[in-house]
Amino acid sequence: MSDPSAAPVTEVVATVTGTIDDVTVTVPKGTLIIRAAERIGIDIPRFCDHPLLDPVAACRMCLVDIEGMPKPQPSCAVPLGDGMEVRTGQTSAVADKAQQGVMEFLLINHPLDCPICDKGGECPLQNQEMSNGRGESRYSGAKRTFAKPISVSEQILLDRERCISCTRCVRFADEIAGDPLIDLKERGAEQQIAIGDQPFDSYFSGNTIQICPVGALTSADYRFRARPFDLVSVPTVCEHCAAGCAMRTDVRRERVQRRLAGDDALVNEEWNCDKGRFAFKYLDSRRICVPLIRENGEFREASWPEAIEFAAEGLAPVRGRVAVVPGGRLTREDAYAYAKFARISLATDDIDFRTRPASSEEADFLAARVAGTGLGVTYADLDAAPIVLLVGLEPEDESPILFLRLRQAVRRHGTRVAAVAPWATPGLLKTSATLLPTVPGAEAGVLDALATGGPDLDDAATTISAALREPGAVVLVGERLATSKGGWSAAHALAEQTGARLAWVPRRAGERGALDAGALRGLLPGGASLTDPVAAQAVAEVWGVSRGQIPARTGRTLSEAVAAALSGESQAPMAAVVGGMDVDDLASPAAFRGFLRQARFVVSLETRHSAVTAEADVVLPVAVDTERSGSYVNWEGRVRHFPKASRQEYSLTDGQVLGLISEKLGSPIGNGDPASLAAELESIPGVTAGRPAPSPVAPDPDPAAPAQGQAVLSTWRELLDEGSMQQEAHFLAGTRRQSVARMSAATAAGIGAVSGGEVEVSTDRGEVALPLVLTEMPDGVVWIPANSVGSEVYRELGTVEGRLVRIAAGGPR
Amino acid sequence: MTMTTPLTPVLTAHWDEPDSYTLDGYQRHGGYTSLSQAFALGPGPVIDLIKESGLRGRGGAGFPTGMKWSFVPQGDGKPHYLVVNGDESEPGACKDIPLMLANPHALIEGMIIASFAIRANHAFVYIRGEVPHVIRRMRAAVKQAHDAGYLGRDILGSGFDLDIVVTCGAGAYICGEETALLSSLEGFRGHPRLKPPFPAVAGLYSCPTVVNNVETISSVPYIVRNGASWYNFFGTVKSPGIKLFAVSGHVNNPGIFEAPLGITMRELLDYAGGIRDGHELKFWLPGGSSVPVLTPEHLDVPMTYEDMVAAGTMLGTATAMVFDETVSVVRAIAGWLAFYKHESCGKCTPCREGTWWMHQLAQDFVAGKATEEDLTKLEDICSNILGRSFCALGDAAATPYPGALKYFRGEFEQGTHTPAAGLFDEQASIVFEEVRAK
Repeated sequence: MSDPSAAPVTEVVATVTGTIDDVTVTVPKGTLIIRAAERIGIDIPRFCDHPLLDPVAACRMCLVDIEGMPKPQPSCAVPLGDGMEVRTGQTSAVADKAQQGVMEFLLINHPLDCPICDKGGECPLQNQEMSNGRGESRYSGAKRTFAKPISVSEQILLDRERCISCTRCVRFADEIAGDPLIDLKERGAEQQIAIGDQPFDSYFSGNTIQICPVGALTSADYRFRARPFDLVSVPTVCEHCAAGCAMRTDVRRERVQRRLAGDDALVNEEWNCDKGRFAFKYLDSRRICVPLIRENGEFREASWPEAIEFAAEGLAPVRGRVAVVPGGRLTREDAYAYAKFARISLATDDIDFRTRPASSEEADFLAARVAGTGLGVTYADLDAAPIVLLVGLEPEDESPILFLRLRQAVRRHGTRVAAVAPWATPGLLKTSATLLPTVPGAEAGVLDALATGGPDLDDAATTISAALREPGAVVLVGERLATSKGGWSAAHALAEQTGARLAWVPRRAGERGALDAGALRGLLPGGASLTDPVAAQAVAEVWGVSRGQIPARTGRTLSEAVAAALSGESQAPMAAVVGGMDVDDLASPAAFRGFLRQARFVVSLETRHSAVTAEADVVLPVAVDTERSGSYVNWEGRVRHFPKASRQEYSLTDGQVLGLISEKLGSPIGNGDPASLAAELESIPGVTAGRPAPSPVAPDPDPAAPAQGQAVLSTWRELLDEGSMQQEAHFLAGTRRQSVARMSAATAAGIGAVSGGEVEVSTDRGEVALPLVLTEMPDGVVWIPANSVGSEVYRELGTVEGRLVRIAAGGPR
Repeated sequence: MTMTTPLTPVLTAHWDEPDSYTLDGYQRHGGYTSLSQAFALGPGPVIDLIKESGLRGRGGAGFPTGMKWSFVPQGDGKPHYLVVNGDESEPGACKDIPLMLANPHALIEGMIIASFAIRANHAFVYIRGEVPHVIRRMRAAVKQAHDAGYLGRDILGSGFDLDIVVTCGAGAYICGEETALLSSLEGFRGHPRLKPPFPAVAGLYSCPTVVNNVETISSVPYIVRNGASWYNFFGTVKSPGIKLFAVSGHVNNPGIFEAPLGITMRELLDYAGGIRDGHELKFWLPGGSSVPVLTPEHLDVPMTYEDMVAAGTMLGTATAMVFDETVSVVRAIAGWLAFYKHESCGKCTPCREGTWWMHQLAQDFVAGKATEEDLTKLEDICSNILGRSFCALGDAAATPYPGALKYFRGEFEQGTHTPAAGLFDEQASIVFEEVRAK
């Protein structure tokens, strides 16, 4: 889709040349002195300065002496000028005295509690006191004290006496996250960080702990857990969503103690979300450690050789009739192992990584437009885009770093954001987005109208329609568009007609990699169609099998496979190999459970007990994220390699387990080692010829209009919810948003519901009851969170976005 | 009596009339007649006129007013704002508050002309919150002016629109600093902002803004009415014009005296009835607590911006404080340091922590508990604040001690062994009998 070499030619930027400590440096005009000094390796001490935040020049630690200026200047706020002669503390007595003076001031009220402070050992204040301080304080008075600590949120504690008022946290919350929930109060030395009426429940609050240059903000979870010098830090990649954040995982005795945002200017800059930072307890808790074999209805522990043998014996008789369900959380390498294992060991193409509401239409368009296309639209492209149109995607909940980058694009580069969505969410408001209010299921119609343009559009839509035709325009499609019939067809047509670039933003970290690896029916690794004889031949050669050993016919998607099995279709799957998944993530959990129950043989590759292991004949424990190496492919198509964070040697990856089974089955896929899988996958030639677009799917011509007491359901997963990977992260759970139902005033009036009162949303399966928040949105629509406390839509209601549900006013809360 | 420089009452000319603050009282003496003159001139020539008059900012810094106005970009399509700084909070300063109380319409007329010159259609007066009577009077005056057609749409048929909002602070010294004032006016915490961008480029709501002192703007109608050469006839070449001089402290007749710049403190003391009977001058400050102290030997230095700097101090707001021999310099300095510690906004390290530290040391001197070392330590702390802080508040806090040390080192040395209370009777300094009785 995109050609990296087509990136705009780097603009010629004006430069200035000055000297810092007699070293000549040339930098782009506008570069701050402190940044220019960094370029030539001159270290200027600093606290309030942060390269991604606006300068405030408050701490005064970075004062430098500039020739011709009467007093020292803050290098974090003054751009280098042409011919400017700058002297830092290293060559100027004035700057040195200024810096030492500021350091002395900072310490007069700072407690000497480094030995019990989380920051001790990695503390900029401690470090810079060593490098730029005077060693001994002349202060002999009483230090200011505060009650300690106070909670600014459930997961962030504040020791006010340690704070040096740099306001990095305040500025982050305001400038980057857009959640200005903390600020200074009082003044002078009594000045302190404080919250107002509500806690600092920002999805990004954890970043403030990381950028706090002292130990004032600490993590309730990590507090007093470890000393920085006892930790082994490993650069990793976040497994929670498809944003692809670089992370740092800090491990002690092979257990994760904390996770931090890693630095990657191209992706997450220096930030991550609280889910990525704090949701890691699941890694070490309630793990299945040994293989389990079901005997007379009960599990018993088994050795690995016995369990592998057992699995192979169970699968061998049903070859060709096995549904393979890798799940969306695998590395690209392990997903590839499933793709290969399904085709040559199980002789089936019934493979689908999408363990969520999905459609054949989506599968076809993903195969045609996304699979194997490499790096497409990038984060940087958002900065340059005149408009970014969001469809079936709520970035703050579903791809939080995409949200942060979008917000920066809007704030710093003037990018416009528009959303085809039912209501203006906090995330849309924080990106100043234009809302095209849309009833779920009607996305295709809105997209068609934008593609056509024309006089029928209102002003907002006309502007958006025109902007989409400008160079660099981007359409971002989320996983939820799959539930809107004709949505993908319309998005494709919109991109074709306007020239806007289209990108798919899945929610799960493993989905794009699984797509590229061919873990989807009809799709070969590398992105070619299974029915493309040339491509199939090439893959067969890499696999060392004959063309005939690869299934020739396109198989079934997951829902098709389940439906076929339940309806007793001939040649329907009668066994399953299931990777890490949560049955309640599916549009119809009951159907999948029924399939597993009736299946002759179920192999589960899992880390914890689940609804799948409950039905499995053999459970093979696999490595969690910290115990495997490999790569995720983020939504941009960027391959994000990461090493093992833990040195534990005994756990096996999905790929290794499948490798062992395949050997027993007599059709080996290799040892399943991540490095060899990656090498093999990359040796498969990519898609060369253009792939034809699938034939468009028409939207429902006559979508069901809600009758009295009914509404169209709108729902998605909030970032912090009941997700299984957030289990045991109790402090994080304390910052979740409250579960509410949203509908328009007219819709509420229609059922006699009042703001703050309870609303019951129900189907034939069940009901959820939530307090009502009146929201400006199309009439006849109700929004509830998909998997939050008291609102588990798939499990409780058994329905998906865009379907009709019953609504009724509940009793008083 | 050795008065040689006569007083020149202009702003204060009619303060003794009972209705000086009313529209009638103001108009009786030619009030609002300069508007049509200014409208006839046009914005550019008004700025030129103010430049030519040599009027300098009366808030303390003395920046040329016409030049400040000319920095506002024209034709930029953005709203422009005039903000009048009436936050007068400097210890010892008392000129803007009486001026607004007695002659509010001069300020309003000046604001109309200034806003016309910088092409602003909204102007604000920011008054410290501790003076509700002044805020009420200012608001009443704005209403009167509005009802009389001097404010609102199409003023006097000129096509020029102006609305004035009188707003009040909540009692923070920092909000007298122009950028902190703007933050406060916008509803944010009163913290100073980075410059550049200067307010003339990005001030209130990030739009071009002129921030001027009450006295500065109040002078404008008289300059327009009488001409630039009338105004700069007074004063010196570098400090032209007329200024309100306030004299407070141990004098027989404290008050505000309007005189040409260049008048000496000796003359002002005469106008103020001399040092209170039976006492002699010990030290004085020409313009609030934020300037270094002077002694009797400086009484003949002309009160101009440049001469005061040459004497090692600053004219500041020209609100002089006078202290006689009953006053402990150490105690006076400690009082001011307590003020700065209380008023430091907390934004930057040197001021926030330095004022906290200086205050502790100053208390030690007052208590006679300081050490020899503290003398130089306090001086060094001042040197680490002065020119290192974010705004001028830190500089102001670092100013009193070194200045006082220069002339009164002995008293500070005494602070290493003898409490100030043992050297100076605090009761003897008190002017008002009823206070002293306690």
